[in-house]
Amino acid sequence: MSKEKLSSDDQSWDMVIQPKTGWFDIDIKELWRYRDLIGMFVKRDFVTFYKQTILGPLWYIIQPLFTTVVFTIIFGRVAKISTDGLPPFLFYMAGNVIWGYFAATLNATSGTFNTNAAIFGKVYFPRLTVPLATVIVNFLQFFIQFFLFLGFYLYFFIKGATIVPTIWIIGLPVLLLQMALLSFGLGILLSSLTTKYKDLKFAMGFLVQLWMYCTPIVYPLSQIPEWLLPYYVLNPMVAIVEIFRYGFFGTSAITLSHICISWSVTLLLVFFGILLFSRIEKTFMDTV
Amino acid sequence: MNVIQIENLWKEYRLGVIGHGTLTHDLQSWWARVRGKEDPNGMIALALKGQEQQIDGDHFWALRDINLKISQGEVVGVIGRNGAGKSTLLKILSRVTAPSQGNIKVRGRTASLLEVGTGFHPELTGRENVFLNGAILGMSKQEMKTKFDEIVDFSDIAAFIDTPVKRYSSGMYVRLAFAVAAHLETEILVVDEVLAVGDVVFQQKCLGKMKDISGAGRTVLFVSHSMSSVKNLCSRVVLVDHGQVVMDGDPEIVVAKYLDRNLVEGSIATESHIANRVEGVIKKDFPYFKISEVRLEDLEGETKSLFQATEPIIICVSFDCLQKINDLRVLVAIANENGERIYGSQNTDDCNIAEIFYEIESGRYQTKCVFPANIFGNSKYYVNVDVFCPKKEHHILTKILEFNVDFQGYNSAIQYGGNNLAFFMWPKLSWSVSRIN
Repeated sequence: MSKEKLSSDDQSWDMVIQPKTGWFDIDIKELWRYRDLIGMFVKRDFVTFYKQTILGPLWYIIQPLFTTVVFTIIFGRVAKISTDGLPPFLFYMAGNVIWGYFAATLNATSGTFNTNAAIFGKVYFPRLTVPLATVIVNFLQFFIQFFLFLGFYLYFFIKGATIVPTIWIIGLPVLLLQMALLSFGLGILLSSLTTKYKDLKFAMGFLVQLWMYCTPIVYPLSQIPEWLLPYYVLNPMVAIVEIFRYGFFGTSAITLSHICISWSVTLLLVFFGILLFSRIEKTFMDTV
Repeated sequence: MNVIQIENLWKEYRLGVIGHGTLTHDLQSWWARVRGKEDPNGMIALALKGQEQQIDGDHFWALRDINLKISQGEVVGVIGRNGAGKSTLLKILSRVTAPSQGNIKVRGRTASLLEVGTGFHPELTGRENVFLNGAILGMSKQEMKTKFDEIVDFSDIAAFIDTPVKRYSSGMYVRLAFAVAAHLETEILVVDEVLAVGDVVFQQKCLGKMKDISGAGRTVLFVSHSMSSVKNLCSRVVLVDHGQVVMDGDPEIVVAKYLDRNLVEGSIATESHIANRVEGVIKKDFPYFKISEVRLEDLEGETKSLFQATEPIIICVSFDCLQKINDLRVLVAIANENGERIYGSQNTDDCNIAEIFYEIESGRYQTKCVFPANIFGNSKYYVNVDVFCPKKEHHILTKILEFNVDFQGYNSAIQYGGNNLAFFMWPKLSWSVSRIN
């Protein structure tokens, strides 16, 4: 009997399941333990995307290509929006490649809880693995589209267009990281909110669309009037897109302070995203 | 050593539609918190937790003060009616949702099988899904690689392992899914009702595997509606009802209690019990009558549920006439375990008192029916009561009471052997013998 008393008072429990959850309850060790799962999700998402289709991965290329062509005709020829002297086709393609990654990742991660409610309700694994896998899978999409862009870039370069690569090209990995963080952080933030307030699900689609127009995708930053600039640069995607173009083309109205603002906003969103996610994670199954 | 320790576990769910109105609630609560005042939408139910109420306003207590200790190597069955709280308990244990109060302390890793094929993607092949499912359940890639052949072997679908899972039959699907889960090397395995799907061969295989698992020193928590598999596999059974642990112990006893739950204990059925159990044609407005009590008595008027075969058994039915009734009939029957009436009698059989029932004024009445002695064998019996007014109202009570009869045979000089006397009826009949040649 005393032996039993000892074992029940023993503090060597591996896990205690409790109601209260801290505000910042992310178990990095656990995420590392489940790294194989993240890999599985990446593989699953990538493979099933084009299974049983004929064109397969070609679809990753067709979409930005056609969009760029349409933009060139409509915004370049018809609306005659300035592109800071850069070849319009390349200008729009650069924007599309960057925005393509961001929009796809944001849309996917913001639905994390809702689309995976079925599997989340049946088995436990760290919920963060799902948005992390999404962020990684979309990188593959980005790289395919990036190579398409590089192809056209080299073509225009050889043809002698006024494009001057700058040292900022090396910053591309950092840009990718920032974009990944931004879409990840904002995505899980929205996902946590959407579990209760489904309005956000409907808002997501068109908000992302409108956001594109608030970002210098179809026009350069230089076109923004002075009075609007301070508010405009609060959009973290502004700096990302402009630095990308600056790195490859050498022309941009971006300044260092804009970059700082962009990173601050990004980190803030990531912080709040993780905060809310870890709060919601334990009990969202009851309200989703 | 305890591997699972559940302490004062409560789980609350919100009833109704969540969404509309809750933003206002949230803002209200937040504003109150900011001002340092009490949250107006807080868990009001908490203050009332001493009471027996399970539903409180728009809150529902799915689990109420669960306390359970499970030691290593035990195979514990969890049974109970639908809605008792079994799956909720397992969900909390599996960390799918969090408790509202209390906690669960766990030693070792837990793997749960709340549904087969969790995470299976229809487009992927069986092989790919095995790895995916294994990873979801917590196995590392290394583990999966070494166990892969065993898993495919166990599931018996080696030929189809490279076909997309959407082409599988439901049986194959279940076999593969269970095979993955069965090979998890965790210390605790939680299984919820997954054996319901699958044919006999598969179920045997699963039970066999679970027996092996428990033999290897792992702890298994098993929810099932199949009493035979629960009795077969488990060393301990817990009965959950309305969110509480009602019974915990030997499988035979707990299962028997679960199956007999509908029976009234003892020899009296009170008005509330009857109201719960009555079936048939019952009038809501202006009812004709109401059965208020059914009881078993012996000749002395003592209420009991064990009778000697040598004494008569009296069934007393008390009823209230709520208005003047013409032609009220009362039928009592002795039924077997399945509720089938074997031996019956109706009040109209007795011409003397039948007249009283042709026209009966409102009031409270008690009618008694005497079942004579020396009729029953050594067995267990159930009482059915029907009270009806032909073409108007008909109340039926099935197996409302139970009783046992102790019968030792009519010849005290002979040893009959207890089981030989377990007949429904064993009246004293006359025997004769004469020599023919």
